[in-house]
Amino acid sequence: MRLQKATQCALFAVLELAQNPEQQVSAADIAEKYSISANHLAKVMRDLSRAGLVDSMRGAGGGYRFSGNAKRVTLYEIVKMFEDVGQEGRQEAGDDSPIGRALKQVTTEIDEITVSTLKSITLSTLMKLTQRHQSQP
Amino acid sequence: MPKLDNGLAIRNSESSDVPSVVKLDARITGINKADYWADMFERYGKRENRYFLVAEDPEGKVVGFIIGEVRAWEFGSPPSGWVFALGVDPDARLMRVGTILFESICACLRKSGVDTVRTMLARDDELNMAFFRSLGMMGGPFIQLEMGLSALSSDAPTAGEKT
Repeated sequence: MRLQKATQCALFAVLELAQNPEQQVSAADIAEKYSISANHLAKVMRDLSRAGLVDSMRGAGGGYRFSGNAKRVTLYEIVKMFEDVGQEGRQEAGDDSPIGRALKQVTTEIDEITVSTLKSITLSTLMKLTQRHQSQP
Repeated sequence: MPKLDNGLAIRNSESSDVPSVVKLDARITGINKADYWADMFERYGKRENRYFLVAEDPEGKVVGFIIGEVRAWEFGSPPSGWVFALGVDPDARLMRVGTILFESICACLRKSGVDTVRTMLARDDELNMAFFRSLGMMGGPFIQLEMGLSALSSDAPTAGEKT
């Protein structure tokens, strides 16, 4: 599974902010740290703000601050904001045929595993995983 | 029995704990399985490399239990620890009962000579999956498969029958 660019931007930003919830960080700093487009990130930050996951502070020294609960927010909640995950796509020709139904059974299994994985990993768990990667060479 | 900071004590189960475990499990799952838990105690509470631990609160009430064992060469896997039952009193949540029970059984499994611990969960059991993941567990190298037996021919021979 390859996450879409917007999803990846959102996860970088949310996790960067959640690691230091007291700190305000500008979108430009996040964009630079993860080598992502500042324009793209700005759009993503607006969505995150609307979802109540970040607060934006205006003015000099302004920036963003994490405003969610890292022990409650899961990767699924963020990923689903930017892409269709685990959702049934629209009906396509052939879906009702025996092959179409068999394929549907397989893709449903894959989707269910993806969703349960994303739903069971909180930001807090991912931060712990990140720390483990930081301590490894 | 040493008490932990939060007043909890972890110890091996005793036969007198079985009614408390039955009650706790029935409260969590809604199903009373007295015979099952009595059998679990016989199989896991008394044997080497098998662990049936309970957590007691400061008043001596059983507020959690965990069961695990070392299994070797199942599915081709070298000896590893398995945790297959965990229950925590809903009133004792957020007291780290589950975490302490898990850490205790992991210490027991390590002493038994294994360096990996596994468990299995329902795909939609997000609460427990999030709990185990928060402790550092990740998806392992195995995948569970199943099928309804009605999909197989009922003409297949059973053991001892000739085709």
